[in-house]
Formats: sequence, structure tokens, C-alpha cells
Amino acid sequence: MADVNRGNRPLSPFMIGPYYKPQLTSISSIMVRITGIAVLGLSLVVVAWLFMAATSESAFNLINPIVQSWFGDAVLLAGVWCLSYHVLGRLRHVIWDFGYCWEVRVSERLAIGMFVTATVVTILTFAVFLAV
Amino acid sequence: MQRYLTDRKRAVGLGSGRAGTEHHWQMLVSSMAIVVTAPIFFVVFALGFQRPYDEVLAYFGHPAIAVVLAVTMVVIIRHVMNEAIEAAEDYVHGTRGQLTIVGITWASYLVMFAGLFALARMTL
Repeated sequence: MADVNRGNRPLSPFMIGPYYKPQLTSISSIMVRITGIAVLGLSLVVVAWLFMAATSESAFNLINPIVQSWFGDAVLLAGVWCLSYHVLGRLRHVIWDFGYCWEVRVSERLAIGMFVTATVVTILTFAVFLAV
Repeated sequence: MQRYLTDRKRAVGLGSGRAGTEHHWQMLVSSMAIVVTAPIFFVVFALGFQRPYDEVLAYFGHPAIAVVLAVTMVVIIRHVMNEAIEAAEDYVHGTRGQLTIVGITWASYLVMFAGLFALARMTL
């Protein structure tokens, strides 16, 4: 590899934190990824519940009290928030990729909109489940 | 200066994605899909959630409910699987990265098939 420069190429550093202050645009984007992975993890809870229900009544009675406890409810509500936020964030990516809303101002407003909408959906879900 | 390396050797290892923009495009497609499927899954699942055992079986065992949940669930899990794979591609490299991607894929399909099996069993 005599004529190839292998060691000196500039690397893309991880900028956020020490070199670059966190901003709405970057944080809202990173959170799309985190919430996506969280949804993958939480899908295990939902599927486990379905699977136990399909297995037998005793299996269902094993998992259902845990899922229906305050802790289980909190985890599921977190899942509702993550799923809502992720869907909205991904919708923002679609809008960007089709060439719209590139202005920083607009992107930041969309970021706040994603956060607020996901929170409202979660609170509404909680309220409906309390009422039922 | 005379070049002793072939063009191919000069290019090897410089970061080909191997699949062009296919993965990005697939993410875009499934992103549009989950805008529709996620709310449907959420509402249909929530309606059957806080019920006693018999009603859970009856509700999730209804063919229409089972089919809607099966389709929306697969679309969502496949999307977040690709999301996790994308993250692994960015942050985990080399052999460990390859194995991480294989692990994510296996786990995701396991969850997907377990969900489908559960719905099918309640329906039958």
C-alpha cells in the first residue's frame, strides 16, 4: 500500500458534549434513534404478554399482574411516549428527505412539536386508562 | 509518479456501504409505514389490554383483530430492527459490529415470530 494514505485521514469525531453544545436539532435527532431502540426492547414486553396469554391461563396469570402493576404501567406508558416520539421523528425525516422544512427555525419547532405531541399522547393514554 | 497499486486495491476498505442507498430508502419507506401502522396497533392493542383472561382470548382471537395486529406489529418491529442495525453500523465496527447486527436480527425475528405465533394460536 505504498501510495495510499491510510493513517492520516481525518476521522469524524463524536462532537456533542465537549466540543459542541447540545441543541434542539441534534438532541431531538439522537432521541429518535434512542426511542427506536427502546421500542424494539419494549416490543419484547408486549409480545411476551401476548405469548403468555396464548400459552395458558396460568402463564397469563404469571405475567399479567406484573404488566398491570404500577411499574408495568409506567414501562408501557414510557413505551407509548417512545413510539409516538419515534413515529413523529421519523415523519420529520421523511419530510426532510422530500426536501421540506430544512430551515433551522422550522426544524426546531418540529422538534418541540414532536416532544409536546408525544407527551400529550402519553398523558391522554394515561387519562383514558384511569377512566376505564 | 508511477502507480504500483491497482485502482481496486486503492479503493478497498474505504467504506463502501455494499448496498448503496437501499437501506436509507428502506428506512424512509418503513418510516412512512409506521405513521399509519403504529397508531392502529396502539389503539387495537389497548382496547384488548385491560381485560380478564377469557375476554383477552376472545378479543385477540378474533381473526380481524389478529390480522390487523399481526401486520402492524411486523411493520413496527421490522422498522425498529433496522433502526437498531443502523445504530450498530454507526457505533460498532469490525467483526463485533457484524455479530451485533446478526444478534439484533435474530432477536428481532424471534420476537416477531413469537408474536405472530401467539396471535395465530389465540385465533385457532
